[in-house]
Amino acid sequence: MRLEFGALSKRFGNRQALCDVSLSVPEFKSLAIIGPSGGGKTTLLRIIAGLEIPESGVLSIDGQRVDFSEEFLLSHRRSIGTVFQAYNLFPHLTARENVILPLVKVHGRSTDEAQAIVETLFERFQLSGHANQRPAELSGGQQQRVAIVRAIAIKPRFLIFDEPTSALDPEMTAEVLDCIADLRAEGRDLIIVTHNMGFAREVSDHCLFIAEGQVLEDGRSAELFRNPQHPQLANFLAKVLRY
Amino acid sequence: MDSFVTQRLGRPVGLAAMMVSWGLVALLTTALFSFAFSQLHYGWNWEAIWQYRQKFVQGWLMTVALSAASLLLSLIIGLLAALARRSSFLPLRYSAVLYVEIVRGTPLLVQILVLFYVVANAFGMENRYFVGVLALSLFAGAYLAEMIRSGIDSIRGSQLESARAIGLTRGQTYRYVIFPQLVRQLVPPLTGQFASIIKDSSLLSIIAVSEFTLNAQEVNAFTYSTLESYLPLALGYLLLTLPISLLSRLLERRFHFAT
Repeated sequence: MRLEFGALSKRFGNRQALCDVSLSVPEFKSLAIIGPSGGGKTTLLRIIAGLEIPESGVLSIDGQRVDFSEEFLLSHRRSIGTVFQAYNLFPHLTARENVILPLVKVHGRSTDEAQAIVETLFERFQLSGHANQRPAELSGGQQQRVAIVRAIAIKPRFLIFDEPTSALDPEMTAEVLDCIADLRAEGRDLIIVTHNMGFAREVSDHCLFIAEGQVLEDGRSAELFRNPQHPQLANFLAKVLRY
Repeated sequence: MDSFVTQRLGRPVGLAAMMVSWGLVALLTTALFSFAFSQLHYGWNWEAIWQYRQKFVQGWLMTVALSAASLLLSLIIGLLAALARRSSFLPLRYSAVLYVEIVRGTPLLVQILVLFYVVANAFGMENRYFVGVLALSLFAGAYLAEMIRSGIDSIRGSQLESARAIGLTRGQTYRYVIFPQLVRQLVPPLTGQFASIIKDSSLLSIIAVSEFTLNAQEVNAFTYSTLESYLPLALGYLLLTLPISLLSRLLERRFHFAT
């Protein structure tokens, strides 16, 4: 897929989260967005996901301009699979019901069809034994996997992950990252914000480094991680990769 | 003595310890009231009251009917007020704030009198039963509005975000995400509210609604047997509120799930 930003700006109160971001990201399968906390990477991701409306600027996905009207954004969001940091699932519904809800109520599938989709995907992601459990009865890693199943069940145009493992312990992190790597290997388009540099490097073919509301560097991941150009990126990588 | 002490609240209590403890409490209460009543120089006249038993039954049934109608109406009013309080249209939101604050800040007695003698009168509403139900519902509705509002607020912002992300509309979010959780949260306090409505309905006697309390007052006026009229009244209310309070606790346990 391709992305184009034209002078995107977004502020929250006094804080300028994104400042005049203009960039054309060439064809990619998997995009990683990295950078320090509060630098604007999540804001950019949320604008792409149709969850945030910029003050000004233009966003195009695969050459198609995103119209920031609520009507367009609703159908835009419906075409994307989004997974947040945590608390993706509705606590009053079982794992199965959480996946079925959007399939039936948003995408108009019959309950039987939705059930079948859930069975197949739960089997694939080793969740079959947990279908009837509520989120509170699942581990953090299992919850994230259910959230991922919910995101892919609708056959989205692409997937968005917003720090999907930052609320998990290392073991569960590995289990969720494996799952995302599988999706990548399957050839799905995905965009991920992550603090896990090793994973970003491995899973993405293109990478954006965002800090202070600007894209300071972008490039092919293999190149960008090996040979960072911008001093701030070099500094950032040196810091996060030190341990 | 140790078996009468539970280490922590919520720990299961042994059946024997529970029975003995309850027996002790019942014994003490009976002793206290037996003593108090034995000191009373009062000529009991239960026969006079017995003649009017039909009146008690009718009054009791009327109280049940008024309370049930008020619960239903107050639920609708409470829900509308809670939604109005969350409205982005400011005049609507402030109306809800004003309603809740005025109703919660003034005595029900005054509200009933003003509603019946001033407002209902001005608008030509003459049915005192209807006005009575309306007064009780407006009163309880204000409390329910606050319960519903805090219930909605307690549903994490992250869930609303998820609902948006999977493409639910605002209506669908209310229907499939907020309301099911709200119902579970609200059922226990709602049953408690029902018990309150039952007791509060006794105030409708001041606008001559022929409910339980008014009938007891009338029997008292006919027979001059004050205690004999009012003790069955207390019993009649307990007969309603006690099972409801037990039910409320049962539902609380049943609907509890971790979030």
